[in-house]
Amino acid sequence: MSLALIVMLPFLGAVLPALMIRAGRGACAIATGSVTLLAFALLLTHVPAVLRGEVVQVGWEWLPALGLNVTFMLDGLGLLFAGLILGIGLLIIIYARFYLSKDDPMGAFYTYLLLFQGAMVGIVMSDNILLLLVFWELTSLSSFLLIGFWRHLPEGRQGARMALAVTGAGGLSMIAGMLILGNIAGSYELSVILQNRELIQASPLYLPALILILGGCFTKSAQFPFHFWLPHAMAAPTPVSAYLHSATMVKAGIFLMARMWPVLAGTDAWFYLVSTAGLATMVIAAWIALFKDDLKGLLAFSTVSHLGLVTMLFGFGTPMAAVAGVFHIINHASFKAALFMNAGIVDHETGTRDVKRLGGLLFLMPITATMAMIAAASMAGMPLLNGFLSKEMMLEEAAQTSWAGQGWIVPVLATLGAVFSVAYSFRYIVHVFFGPKRDDYPAKPHDPPAGLWLPPALLVALVVLIGLFPETFAGALVRVAAGAVIGAQVPDFHLSIWHGFTPALWMSVVAVVVGLTLLRLYPRVRALWQAGPHPEAKAMFDAVIDSVVLASRLLVLGLHNGSLQRYLAFMIGAAVVLGFAAFFGTTHAPGGRDTLPVGWAVMVPWVMLLATALLGVVLHRYRFVALIIIGVVGLVVSIGFVYLSAPDLALTQISVEVATVILILLALYFLPKSSPIESTNGRRLRDALLAGVGGLGVGALAWAVMTRDFATLSGYYLEQAKPAGGGTNVVNVILVDFRGFDTFGEIIVLGVAALAIFALLDGALRGRIARSLEGWVPDDPVSADRHPIMMVVVTRVMLPLALIVGVYIFLRGHNMPGGGFIAGLVVSIALIMQYMASGFGWAQQQMRVDYHAMIGAGVLIAAATGIAAMVMGYPFLTSAFDYFHLPIVGEFELTSAMPFDIGVFLTVVGAVMLALAQLSNMGLRLANLPVNTRPMDFDPAALRADGGKER
Amino acid sequence: MLSMEFIVASTIAMLTAAGIYLVLRARTFPVVLGLALITYAVNVFLFAMGRLAVNLPPVIRSDAAGYADPLPQALVLTAIVISFGMTAVIVVMALRAWLESGNDHVDIEQPGSEGEQ
Repeated sequence: MSLALIVMLPFLGAVLPALMIRAGRGACAIATGSVTLLAFALLLTHVPAVLRGEVVQVGWEWLPALGLNVTFMLDGLGLLFAGLILGIGLLIIIYARFYLSKDDPMGAFYTYLLLFQGAMVGIVMSDNILLLLVFWELTSLSSFLLIGFWRHLPEGRQGARMALAVTGAGGLSMIAGMLILGNIAGSYELSVILQNRELIQASPLYLPALILILGGCFTKSAQFPFHFWLPHAMAAPTPVSAYLHSATMVKAGIFLMARMWPVLAGTDAWFYLVSTAGLATMVIAAWIALFKDDLKGLLAFSTVSHLGLVTMLFGFGTPMAAVAGVFHIINHASFKAALFMNAGIVDHETGTRDVKRLGGLLFLMPITATMAMIAAASMAGMPLLNGFLSKEMMLEEAAQTSWAGQGWIVPVLATLGAVFSVAYSFRYIVHVFFGPKRDDYPAKPHDPPAGLWLPPALLVALVVLIGLFPETFAGALVRVAAGAVIGAQVPDFHLSIWHGFTPALWMSVVAVVVGLTLLRLYPRVRALWQAGPHPEAKAMFDAVIDSVVLASRLLVLGLHNGSLQRYLAFMIGAAVVLGFAAFFGTTHAPGGRDTLPVGWAVMVPWVMLLATALLGVVLHRYRFVALIIIGVVGLVVSIGFVYLSAPDLALTQISVEVATVILILLALYFLPKSSPIESTNGRRLRDALLAGVGGLGVGALAWAVMTRDFATLSGYYLEQAKPAGGGTNVVNVILVDFRGFDTFGEIIVLGVAALAIFALLDGALRGRIARSLEGWVPDDPVSADRHPIMMVVVTRVMLPLALIVGVYIFLRGHNMPGGGFIAGLVVSIALIMQYMASGFGWAQQQMRVDYHAMIGAGVLIAAATGIAAMVMGYPFLTSAFDYFHLPIVGEFELTSAMPFDIGVFLTVVGAVMLALAQLSNMGLRLANLPVNTRPMDFDPAALRADGGKER
Repeated sequence: MLSMEFIVASTIAMLTAAGIYLVLRARTFPVVLGLALITYAVNVFLFAMGRLAVNLPPVIRSDAAGYADPLPQALVLTAIVISFGMTAVIVVMALRAWLESGNDHVDIEQPGSEGEQ
């Protein structure tokens, strides 16, 4: 449990700095530091177990169907990295408190830092590789925020974007590789994958998986040729560089290579890919570092070079090289984080980190200078410091490695890397701290407050202690971490300063002598360098990004140019292509189901429907005609439902049809009454072709299905409708009982649609549109008799009848065709007729119902029915029914589906009425017509009272 | 030989084709009508997935010879009501767009590359 807490603490604590910043910068830093300290302390409680060789594990299932579980493990390797991340993290938090200026948003900085810290700890402690990938992406995102922290600097923003693009692309490659790996091993748990070395290496997918995973590792750990983003990320504040780019994030790729070492390493592919990339990176980056004038640029390329060194060691694939790699990870983290903080101090106190403007700081900043000399000497690999030990081990391994049968390549190049390393390390010391004092420093240099130099001092102390007593201070950790990397017995080794006159020692001597000579001849070497080519990675990167943007813009704008017609044509075309592709990919034997015969009575509506649909297409520009045609089509479809044993559908269809036509008529009051001719003949031909092929495909599919037998689920519903649902109309029982939850969702959708309509029209009734429409005159002549007496009288007589029919349809719905949906539509139409006959003003006076409330009440009643079942201890919407005996009525059934159906009814009435009433209200308001308060414009009764005078 | 299945299938085909053609027009009103036609086609299509039956309504009776498949019917019933809601929203959107812009072209601002006018 506490294992998961170590990962979660930084995430949970990430809100603290954002809150605590109000209490001041000190409180903010203390809060952040305590979070990390607590996580570090929790980690330390596991140290004894891990050093005994145990693997601490904890986990829960998350999405077992996907193989994604929240499982954490802590072994030697995880302990090493988690210790680095949390330990150095703590130092960085202290350092940043004194480094950041008052103007920097410190709360945001610490929040990002903790997010990053949590993600890193997550990577090194995940047991599940899918979980690991999640954390992996989180580090890319949080480091983006950190690198771009000074968002007012364009370099910061560009550097952050570049880092995100490169590591993000690597992350995608990694995901693919991990999925393949998990697929081969049959599990996404690392503990399982690590046991399956033979299986994985024998798989034909081993090489693709390896390349994809290395793609992620190399981008993250800035290996050649993906190294270019790291120097640009140096635009970040120095604490970020010290943390992310020396000790943690760039080591994530290294970590993963170490983690996967037992299953992926040991093959030729691994050796050549990994060790070559590492070797090239080490030499090239060290060479470039020598000529960087920006202190952080120098350290950045030096970091790239050292990462290359570790990568190369893991690439060798031998156990002893892995031990050396693990040891160098510790040493590099300690001296490089110290150096980054040191460079930050120099920058902070002198106002520049340009080597050319520095020099002579030794006596101005003695503490800083001392620490820089120790840490840089360790980086150079000078004896008695920790860098020396792991570099000796590296040279020893390199001396024994032959590359493509050539025994000299690796040792010579490794020595060359060491030469450059000595040269740039001493350049850091000599060109910054030695030489004459200058009088043109941008600021007055002096040693910083303790808060800035103590954190690196601790690391420098570690550099010396490990350098002098390696076995005491690092032996156990190296052993247990290397054990986790190798996954087998760790070779017997002893960390010590003196190994005798080994080849490695001579290589070291050569490196120091040649390196110092290079530095002595620095101006000449530099002139040589300047004469050579300098490929600018950023320009190439920008060119690549620009061409990708251009290509995607061409593609996207070609498909997606803002024209609905084009989108729809593409969508329909794609659907047609997919449909036909599927059709040609299968057999085409005719179906064996018996077909139903047809009589002449069926042929008439059929022909009528085909003809009207065709007519609708031809005459669609005359909008009233087209609307009538739609009405006819709907009518024929409802007749079809009646004939084909679907009375409920027929009732629904016909009432919906009426409501739809009324609605569109109301809209057409405002819209133009005809469409202009604007399609070209070619366009029409294209559309006709699409329509013809699409229609043919859908029709053929329907035919194919209908002429084949099938097994239906419906037997259950037919059997259980009466005994379980208490109704004989199976369709209604399904709606309100078996599939009540679906229906519940659908009435909510209907209610939301009505509210959306209300909002759309209500907005149109105010402001600009309303003003612009004030002088609007209807396009067509308006009837002088707006509320004809015949219609008023008929609809008013019909209203009670229609309502009774509605109630009847509702009540019988459970047993006979009908129910809440249909009753709701019938009642709505009856009410709408009142609006049409007597006008909005009068009808609204009579109907004092809030349709919004009606929709809400309907949904709530339906929900209450469902919840009542839950109160009784049944699942949501379980129905119950019983029979009662009443004196006069006789046997009488009550079912809990009834209130649910009332909810449906109310929602349907409310939604339809809200939409239609709002639309007609708008017509009235915008047309500036007088609001009638009487049922008719020409009221015969009023006329009689007036003594027959014409008004 | 003409069969009920053929009649229904050809109806679906015709409604779909007419709907697609209208949906591809340049003005909002035919697009609304086209959607309505496609809605019919889809509803009938879904209904037909339960196969066709004449005089066998799914209402339990002791003397029934059999029943039409009630499940697609229940699904289509709600589909009809929901598609009414959809049509209503689209009509009102078309209306609002017309009121806002004085233009009932489906692309209120027409892209230059599309030589539709």
